[in-house]
Amino acid sequence: MTGRREAYVAGMQAVAPMLPGVVPFGMTAGVAGLDAGLGGELAFAMSVLIFAGASQIATAQLLGADAAPALVVLTALLINLRMVMYSASLAGHFAPLPLRWRVPMAYLLTDQAYALSIQRILRRHPGPQEHWFYLGAGLTLWITWLCATGAGIAAGSAVPPAWELGFIVPLIFLSLLVPAIASRPALVAAVTAGLLSVLGRGRPAGLGLTLAALAGIAAGVVTERMTRRG
Amino acid sequence: MVEAAWIVVALIGAGTLLERASFLVFGGRLQLPDVVQQGLRYVPAAVLSALVLPGLVQPGSDGLPDAARLAAGVVAALVAWRTHGALLTLVAGMATLWLLRWLGL
Repeated sequence: MTGRREAYVAGMQAVAPMLPGVVPFGMTAGVAGLDAGLGGELAFAMSVLIFAGASQIATAQLLGADAAPALVVLTALLINLRMVMYSASLAGHFAPLPLRWRVPMAYLLTDQAYALSIQRILRRHPGPQEHWFYLGAGLTLWITWLCATGAGIAAGSAVPPAWELGFIVPLIFLSLLVPAIASRPALVAAVTAGLLSVLGRGRPAGLGLTLAALAGIAAGVVTERMTRRG
Repeated sequence: MVEAAWIVVALIGAGTLLERASFLVFGGRLQLPDVVQQGLRYVPAAVLSALVLPGLVQPGSDGLPDAARLAAGVVAALVAWRTHGALLTLVAGMATLWLLRWLGL
């Protein structure tokens, strides 16, 4: 029984150093919802219903820009498409767990929870309490995220625009992007998507980003296949 | 308009939960073609880059990229590359931006 608690606490401890980066991100997500004119309730509801910072901010921006609803949904789901990959990667390790575990685990799946959990699973032999470690990290992140969003909604409008706190958003994505470029095809994918996204900026809002990402993904696959053939 | 926004957010929430649950909950019943599985590997790099770059080369009042933001982005990228730390990246980027603004850039 103590093994569960130890694993849970280890998950909380592992995620702790990430929280100072999560808090400003969550506050920014709250402020982005307010800035887009969604109101505090919906800005906070996004954290409960979506619970994914990048897509929450993109959704707020697109809704604020009066983009077509279908396009907003498509863009947000495309941004979160990496969750499918995380889900596939973790599924093998957590398959024996009952459904009452795997459904909440899916809801709590984030970049951070995935990265911490897969690191631990791959480094050690997968122990019987890995799901408690995952829960410790995931729940801590969830609570922190809701508090940070709430704080952003409560205090966000008090921050002077001259501080340019909005710049935090690309910086956070940048800190996730750099480790994601781990191979040459990934670099090609990033460069292609980034350049096309700059060129396609503007109306219709979000479509440029979506198409740029798809083109980048295609460029990565093509590069990988060409490299493999030599 | 706000009601439509609630529906959009609810749909995104449901869709995101399905994405998260795809393999974790439905397991082996989902078989994706090879090319899709291959493409999934490049989703983070492509999507994140498409989100980052327009923010870094955002045009100023003269229509050219804002030099301070661009420089802050380069500094932050170097810090991210060396440390892989989100907090350090944020601090370095914002500090550079504020310093350059203070210098009048």
